[in-house]
Amino acid sequence: MTNQPGAHLHLTEGRRAGPSCVNNMLHYWRAMWGIIGRELWRFVTQRERFISALVRPLVWLFVFAAGFRAALGLAITPPYETYILYEVYITPGLCGMIQLFNGMQSSLSMVYDREMGSMRILMVCPLPRWFLLLSKLFAGTAVSVLQVYVFLAIAWFYGIKVPWQGYLWVLPALMLSGLMLGALGLLLSSFIKQLENFAGVMNFVIFPMFFMSTALYPLWKLKESSMLLYNLAKYDPFSQAIELIRFSLYGQFNQHAFIYTLVAFIVFMTFAIIGYNPSKGMMMKKGGS
Amino acid sequence: MKKNTLSLFLSLVLAGTVQAETVFVTLEKDNALAVVDPVEGKLIKTVPVGRRPRGIAISPDNKFLYIATSDDNTIKIFDAETLKEVGKLPSGDDPETFAINPAGDRLYVSNEDDSMVTAIDIAKKKAIKQIKVGVEPEGITVSPDNRWLISATETTNMVHWIDTKTNAIVEYTLVDPRPRSVSFTVDSQQLWVTSEMAGTLMILDAKTKQIIKTVRFEVSGVTADKIQPVGVVIDKDRIRAYVALGPANRVAVINAQTFEVEKYLLVGQRVWNLAFSPDQKRLYTTNGVSNDISIIDLDNQTVTKSVGVGNYPWGVAVKP
Repeated sequence: MTNQPGAHLHLTEGRRAGPSCVNNMLHYWRAMWGIIGRELWRFVTQRERFISALVRPLVWLFVFAAGFRAALGLAITPPYETYILYEVYITPGLCGMIQLFNGMQSSLSMVYDREMGSMRILMVCPLPRWFLLLSKLFAGTAVSVLQVYVFLAIAWFYGIKVPWQGYLWVLPALMLSGLMLGALGLLLSSFIKQLENFAGVMNFVIFPMFFMSTALYPLWKLKESSMLLYNLAKYDPFSQAIELIRFSLYGQFNQHAFIYTLVAFIVFMTFAIIGYNPSKGMMMKKGGS
Repeated sequence: MKKNTLSLFLSLVLAGTVQAETVFVTLEKDNALAVVDPVEGKLIKTVPVGRRPRGIAISPDNKFLYIATSDDNTIKIFDAETLKEVGKLPSGDDPETFAINPAGDRLYVSNEDDSMVTAIDIAKKKAIKQIKVGVEPEGITVSPDNRWLISATETTNMVHWIDTKTNAIVEYTLVDPRPRSVSFTVDSQQLWVTSEMAGTLMILDAKTKQIIKTVRFEVSGVTADKIQPVGVVIDKDRIRAYVALGPANRVAVINAQTFEVEKYLLVGQRVWNLAFSPDQKRLYTTNGVSNDISIIDLDNQTVTKSVGVGNYPWGVAVKP
């Protein structure tokens, strides 16, 4: 069994924590930063992971989008006010893709932690389970937001530019979409018993979610080919997260997408917390971690 | 004091709104004129003007709009403020394109079917001369120094240099197939001509009447047959020129000194005619197939908005 240093920290800190409210708050704060710090440290030190997280959307942008260029422009749909190239259209979708894969990566690392036993240490830490999961989620989201900004910077040099305010407006949108997709990852990880099962998640969750969304094609285009696909894409929470990102990149607030993403986050998170509860959730059915 | 502050504030607000120009767009299929506020990026109204309106120009004093209503076989005169029809000019059959001289007293019309250019005295509303040119005259312009009237003939593939004093053809220049649009630089030293079929832009020297440069266009991902240059405009300082590339859905930005293409801007479908804002900070394009106009911010060289105007937007004119 490998003892993770971050997990140890929480355990010992937990024992030392005094009864006062301030101490308690401090304890929560330290625990959260311990988890976020560990995740960021993992991300920064694993250079391959950093590069591969960027290569995936960049291949889509430079190769796929160039091949599918739609050189004569796409019809105008909000938030765009004029004709755009396909590269410009899929950029917010690729930001979402980064976050979707990052959410799944976190989920994968949870399964790994569970297999390696370090999860047990985290879960027995004397802090509420929901708080630990939320901290884990914030950690994953922070990493994904970082990845998206690096991607947007590369896209900027490639000529895909949004109004400068858009780079600020997109931050809260990225945080919410990152949380929602991370929560989905957590929820899935509560179902997966072994690392080998992760391929199923790729096939049955990530790919359908990605391809049946507005990441690669606008809704009206889907409507032309199939009403079923159109409806699936319309109600895909990933679509709504992308639309939230897309609108905010152009300084606009898409209320519908915001509410949809927020509700999806709450639902996924609630089920993830239940799923990680040894007495109620899937953990019990699987005999714990 | 309070009153002064208020009036100052009001005048500032009003100054902001007054500065905005009005863009007029002829709608070939709607038999109408679209009136657009380009700063707000909104269609204000659509006014019926006659059957199949195409060519449009504003008088140099900005008081009158001239619109070629092709199926009415006339050029109608409208008050640019009220948009009420105030007269008609004897243009000959099926007028499409025309040009006004800098003084604003002569109007020259291409009569495509008759291979003629008709010179009209605007004040007397009378045709004063018909000049025989090549087959299918289309592009027409008058040099800013009022020395030359230019007529480009689509089938003869020629540019005809007509002396404005005598209304007689002085010289011809053979150009690339199907010349469409002709435009002079402000100093009247160069004539820029687009060829729809060859997909080129030619720059002619006004002294020698020879082509000094041929510019070719290449847009990645767009096949060569879609590159059909039509409208061309050159800014007053001759820093940049802009060419509408028709079904390529692009406006080419050209360095007017080196004749290099700097950039292609994506606009609506089948972009045809172009017009500058009075301060030349914006460029307006008519996109015939997508039924809109695109607004280009020339400082940033970006297309900021495309505004739906009606069916088959054709010509564009701007009133300060």
